[in-house]
Amino acid sequence: MKKDLLKQSFQKTIRSFKISLPTMLGILLLIGLLNTGWQGYYERIFTGNVFLDPLIGALTGSVSFGIPIVSYVVGGELLEQGVSLLAVTAFIMAWATVGVAMLPLEAKFLGWRFALVRNAVNFVFAIVIAILTVYTI
Amino acid sequence: MNNQTKKQKLSGGTKFLLAILALYAIAALFNFQFVFESFLGFLRMLVRITPILIVVFFIMAGVNFYFTPPKVKKYLGHGSGFKGWLYAVISGILVSGPPYILFPLLGELKERGMKNSLLAVFLYNRNVKIPFLPVMVFYFGLSFTVAVSVFIIFFSILNGLLLGWWVRDDKKVFSKAG
Repeated sequence: MKKDLLKQSFQKTIRSFKISLPTMLGILLLIGLLNTGWQGYYERIFTGNVFLDPLIGALTGSVSFGIPIVSYVVGGELLEQGVSLLAVTAFIMAWATVGVAMLPLEAKFLGWRFALVRNAVNFVFAIVIAILTVYTI
Repeated sequence: MNNQTKKQKLSGGTKFLLAILALYAIAALFNFQFVFESFLGFLRMLVRITPILIVVFFIMAGVNFYFTPPKVKKYLGHGSGFKGWLYAVISGILVSGPPYILFPLLGELKERGMKNSLLAVFLYNRNVKIPFLPVMVFYFGLSFTVAVSVFIIFFSILNGLLLGWWVRDDKKVFSKAG
């Protein structure tokens, strides 16, 4: 019984990896292109403004979706290219907690009011957490 | 025949990967050096992240082994009470799965009496994924990971309180209407 469960767990994990690997590879390839093309430009967009940087980050994260690990990789690579930690933190927060693309699905099962209020609150929280985190560490 | 066609359909992720590869091919026609540098950058990222992904794989398998959807139902279903808040936080952290799997599960739990506030707490804590933490530590450091995880848990409770206040549970609406 436990052996079966263990087998199922590994199968589920392999399935998850199979689903997310093409997206992750695609995103890494895309970042490769962006990093080469945008060298020196990130600093001009992300100036370190305490409200604007996380706002841009949260907006970008809200329209992206996928498992959180992908957002960490994207965020980490962008950070190395000069994007501010404020923006990156808001981006990874909004990635998993705000889902514009998934809104119809969420509303279908949990109701439109719930989905809209939750996403709006989470968007604001993404910015607040980014500011708090960066000024805590 | 129809089923075979369905099985052979490419996933969204694969289509995305192919689209990016096509973008590389087109860009290479105009500026090969630029694409070559971009590809080298991609390889550097891949080499850096691969060992972490192997660790993530085994932690994920462990979580999937110990924490299954039936257990979530048991702890978050109707009548979970005050402990439900704690279980909502823990389940949100431990349960993995894409939204198109989780939303139907949560929809079912909602029908069985799970409160909107607990649903919100559960969903918010999806951002703290134990198997993925090594990746976060790798890129952002331990202090960042600890700080952000603590804030997520704290704000998940706040999130639950706000959602519980702004979005009435169906049960209350029905009882008042009745």
